Amino acid sequence: MQVAIVKYNAGNIYSVLHALRRVGAEPVLTDDAEVIRRADRVVFPGQGEAATTIASLRRLGLDRLIPTLTQPVLGICIGQQLMCASSEEGGGTECLGIFPDSRVRRFVPRTTDDKIPHMGWNTVRAAQSPLFEGVGDGTYFYFIHSYYVPACAEAIAVADYSGTPFAAAMRRGNFFATQFHPEKSGAAGERLLRNFLNL
Amino acid sequence: MLAKRIIPCLDVKDGQTVKGTNFVNLRRAGDPVALGKAYSEQGADELVFLDITATHEGRKTFADMVSRVAAEINIPFTVGGGISELADVERMLDAGADKVSINSAALRRPALIDEIVRRFGSQVCVVAIDAKQTDGGDWTCYLAGGRVATERGLFEWAREAADRGAGEILFTSMDHDGVKQGFANDALARLHRALPIPVIASGGAGAMAHFRDAFVEGCADAALAASVFHFGEIPIPALKRYLQDEGIPVRL
Repeated sequence: MQVAIVKYNAGNIYSVLHALRRVGAEPVLTDDAEVIRRADRVVFPGQGEAATTIASLRRLGLDRLIPTLTQPVLGICIGQQLMCASSEEGGGTECLGIFPDSRVRRFVPRTTDDKIPHMGWNTVRAAQSPLFEGVGDGTYFYFIHSYYVPACAEAIAVADYSGTPFAAAMRRGNFFATQFHPEKSGAAGERLLRNFLNL
Repeated sequence: MLAKRIIPCLDVKDGQTVKGTNFVNLRRAGDPVALGKAYSEQGADELVFLDITATHEGRKTFADMVSRVAAEINIPFTVGGGISELADVERMLDAGADKVSINSAALRRPALIDEIVRRFGSQVCVVAIDAKQTDGGDWTCYLAGGRVATERGLFEWAREAADRGAGEILFTSMDHDGVKQGFANDALARLHRALPIPVIASGGAGAMAHFRDAFVEGCADAALAASVFHFGEIPIPALKRYLQDEGIPVRL
């Protein structure tokens, strides 16, 4: 099975490469549209700022490619956010629109207990989905983000922070996404990555 | 619910862990990767690897170690020690580190924080602060591993670091470090109230109750310790069960 990791100007990409290797895949890190299009699975990872990362995708022409992919695609963290219609980050940034009804917003702290970024291990409530097969309700995953996708119909897992329920994972057809980092989420994260490869 | 994090810290010199290795039957007890993996399997939430090497060769060995950690360990980890410019940060992130901790270099040149944040994002930038309480009750920041006093106060420096975009503050009380009588909870609570970003408590862990106090009284988001873990005095699974029984959210 050919797994392509989309290479663009975003951090944390090597962690995904290592994690996929640990679960038995042989991923390639690439910005080549043909390699991405032909792959059996595509992972769209990253950490970074929305306007900068989307600009990097546009430069590579990948902003047009990604929404047309037909194989299972997994967006991670900024990957999930860039798959939405737009983001508040960067003063309003137009994104890929794969989740056309979702707009990314910034957490607003209610008290001094609500620190931004939302950083660390938080529990998620997952709906029935092949991505969460064998992952118990209330499992902890590792998050690190300041912006979020509000809970919505396309959310297949929800978490809470700062009194706000948000989409911890999403799905629309062949497009899957997680706000948390499965590549940094211990055994539960590796199970989720295996599930994605087995879709 | 967001869990409070437990973070073992490993000091690394010339690619080997420096202190305390008798907590598990590891064949390669001095190997930071094997030790880090053991901690991860015991339920550590993150790891910190601190490079205390002074030589150029040692630094290269450390970067190699970071690559091995990234390949083998499935939880987040921070690296620190001797990071003084953007190129050092880039080298560590390229090797696979999730976060980088800066200390003396940030005190000497605070704009380094802005540069890291602009280039790599807040989430990679941990500002470590070593501070000591003066007779008057104020807290003074130290650099060079606690050897050199500065003019900066703990609270105003932490605030500036947060304003410049740091993602987290790792506060070590030099007065509490190594004494094993508990963390500096008053100062931690004050940092918590003053800062919009998470605070990691460091220095003073000697008993499981000290962790509870750091979370309850100090309002810390995470607690870091070294020797109590390395010498097996506090096993992480027992610590987490204890904290859960005390009503503190932890990842089990």
